[in-house]
Amino acid sequence: MPRYFANLLSLLLLIVPLASADERPVVRMATTTSTENSGLFQVIQPVFEEDLGIRVHVIAVGTGKALELGRRGDVDVVLVHATPAEEAFVEAGYGVARHEIMYNDFVMVGPPDDTAGVRGLQDASLALGRVAAVKAMFVSRGDDSGTHKKELALWKDAGIQPQGNWYREVGQGMGKTLQIAGETQGYTLVDRGTWLAYQARSPLELLVSGAAGLKNPYGIIAVNAKRFPDTNHQAAGRLIEWFQSDRAHELIAGYRVNGEQLFYPVGD
Amino acid sequence: MDSLSAATSESFRLLFSGDTDLWVIIFTSFSVSLRAIMIAAPLAFIVAFLMAHLRYPGRRTMIAGFSAMQSIPAVVVGLTVYLVLSRSGPLGDLKLLFTHSAMITGQVLLAFPLLVAISHSTFQAADQRVWETAVTLGAKPYRAFFTLLHEIRFGLIAAFIAAFGRIIAEVGCSMMVGGNILGYTRNIPTAIALETSKGEFSQAIALGIVLLSMALFLNGLLAFFQGRGVMSS
Repeated sequence: MPRYFANLLSLLLLIVPLASADERPVVRMATTTSTENSGLFQVIQPVFEEDLGIRVHVIAVGTGKALELGRRGDVDVVLVHATPAEEAFVEAGYGVARHEIMYNDFVMVGPPDDTAGVRGLQDASLALGRVAAVKAMFVSRGDDSGTHKKELALWKDAGIQPQGNWYREVGQGMGKTLQIAGETQGYTLVDRGTWLAYQARSPLELLVSGAAGLKNPYGIIAVNAKRFPDTNHQAAGRLIEWFQSDRAHELIAGYRVNGEQLFYPVGD
Repeated sequence: MDSLSAATSESFRLLFSGDTDLWVIIFTSFSVSLRAIMIAAPLAFIVAFLMAHLRYPGRRTMIAGFSAMQSIPAVVVGLTVYLVLSRSGPLGDLKLLFTHSAMITGQVLLAFPLLVAISHSTFQAADQRVWETAVTLGAKPYRAFFTLLHEIRFGLIAAFIAAFGRIIAEVGCSMMVGGNILGYTRNIPTAIALETSKGEFSQAIALGIVLLSMALFLNGLLAFFQGRGVMSS
């Protein structure tokens, strides 16, 4: 064989790096875009990896997709925010038990001139009703995420089936949805954590907050080892215990963006 | 345009200050795509050679098939690999979803038809006498094969570069089967998609600069290997 074939091959083998020899057990966690986009995980992930001696692979998708990954056995643990869907997940035997670890709340944001006149309302369904009445642009996640499920529940409460040119389902994560709403001067529903992280660079304003029914609890669930015996359920269990520890509570409560607290820890 | 220029200057700072996260992402991209192309290229060259060298029924259909497969969208490859590798899928026991191996599998599937199609046209244009001469002079078939490869090396390198260019810049499949896991399966294209959605443009721009330089470099190389741009005399 011409010598340069051998040379080329050895050169390529040299620059093709082998996977690093990290021996720590791996836990795969499917979580929502809000926990990652808000920056919380950048703070707590290095800590729990260090404390538990594990490597956590975080896959940030919408709540619906995260639960689907759990149902297929593709992850070991899910951390999501859609209580009814989480309870159904456990009920159907896919998850072991749901542990509520923290909460924040949803808020409604929209253009500063507020054409629908929802500013300061204390009822989210009423606010959505006004948006629909004037057909102001509303940007929906449209991705079966926790926020999307919440939004659909609110439309249902308002007795409205949103459709038409003014209602845009974008099928994107929370950050992207806020950007689209910002660029098109639309209204949208957003978890407070992501909103605080994006507020500074968004042209939108906070219009409805603290309204009844906008609480946003986050739950963590280990995927059932009876159904998927090869999930890393031991490490997943330790991770869930860690989230219930005082240390985790302090870190979660201490996480701030622009001086504001994003998440409130919950004792089990 | 203040924010744009600020983000751009910040991106240069990230690139040249040895920001670990950024370089891990770049490293992952190259590591995965180089391994994929190293698996795909030798196989593809052998298949292309056999298609050009042998006469068998269905040969032309096969050539057309590989040609057509060049345009399979990356997301379709991603979906297929996802369904096959998922733990509820047929190869779920291998536990490969959301690993480098899953990304490499997807990229091999994306690169393979492109490599076969381009290298096949190179083999087809090769002078049959190279092979015949080598065999007449007593070369064993594998030895004659390498002689032939040597003769058409520029065309093969062009195929190699074109395929590498496709997989290193590909986002859909990597996102679906890699999961965009920080410090593990996050590569340049998926990181750009994520950082843009977060509104963190400086890292996205820094990675864009790397990808763009890479693309320009590869295409320059491709132009170089395609010869002097004149007919041979």
